[in-house]
Amino acid sequence: MDVTPGERALLAALADGLPLEPHPFAALGERLGLTEAQALDALRALRDRGVVRRFGVVVRHHELGYRANAMVVWDVPDAAVDAAGRALAAAPDVTLCYRRPRRLPDWPYNLFCMIHGRGRDAVLRAVERAAYAAGLAAVPREVLFSGKRFKQRGAVFGPARTGGAAWTNSTAAS
Amino acid sequence: MDELDRRIVNALQGGFPICERPFAAAAEGLGTDEATLIARLRAMREEGVLSRFGPLFKAEGLGGAVTLAAMAVPEERFEGVAALVNAHPEVAHNYARDHQWLNMWFVLATEDEARVGATIRAIEAETGLPVLNMPREAEYHVGLRLEA
Repeated sequence: MDVTPGERALLAALADGLPLEPHPFAALGERLGLTEAQALDALRALRDRGVVRRFGVVVRHHELGYRANAMVVWDVPDAAVDAAGRALAAAPDVTLCYRRPRRLPDWPYNLFCMIHGRGRDAVLRAVERAAYAAGLAAVPREVLFSGKRFKQRGAVFGPARTGGAAWTNSTAAS
Repeated sequence: MDELDRRIVNALQGGFPICERPFAAAAEGLGTDEATLIARLRAMREEGVLSRFGPLFKAEGLGGAVTLAAMAVPEERFEGVAALVNAHPEVAHNYARDHQWLNMWFVLATEDEARVGATIRAIEAETGLPVLNMPREAEYHVGLRLEA
């Protein structure tokens, strides 16, 4: 998926968020010399191509009362991992779910998910529920609670360098 | 947060209309009006409940590469190693996690795959510690919803 320089500039202008005013796309376009209609068309095109996944509020888990989060890793047989991943992603407390390569011999886990909760006990209960719901109760797993966060940055869109630098606003298990 | 704030957060995590007056359109579904919705969103952004209001990107769609990496760091070296790792602009975030040995987890977001490999090799050289690189091979779609 190629992104044009114009689209890149639009995304860069959105890195801090959409202006909270009645005609936000007009305000956004104005900064870039675009009409409201041009800005809307460009954003719809980015959404339709999947460059922008969704548009909406980005919440801070901690401020919403979700004080605990854990990365849960599972060792699922390769033939079953996609079905297990889909089932796990459907569990209500799971906020991200990815398949990743094992790093043997030390790290046998190939399915990763994030579970947020209002406290550690709530997270552990949610892990149990998700495991049963996804048919993973008997699969080896580990629960890694997060400790100190050393660094977090939001979306950063550098000016186009060679090929253009682009980063994502992502969560701990990106 | 009151009940309206909660409804706003719950409804707008899933999506937001891309149209001329999106707040007016969204307000209708929430049983409120445009001015109130904008005022509430401004207040929640001010309070830090919302980090921002905008698009979530797919890094790969922009030609970037993202990976999850982890290291086993001796407890007494943790702060020093964290400083070395975080000094790389490619490190998007870095968390300590409770685990018997694999206790530092960070995300690298770079412009391409080659840069991921180069950054990992640099971190290994600077810290003398091996880095496990665990790029995403498949994503299973989650309808992200945290009940406010």
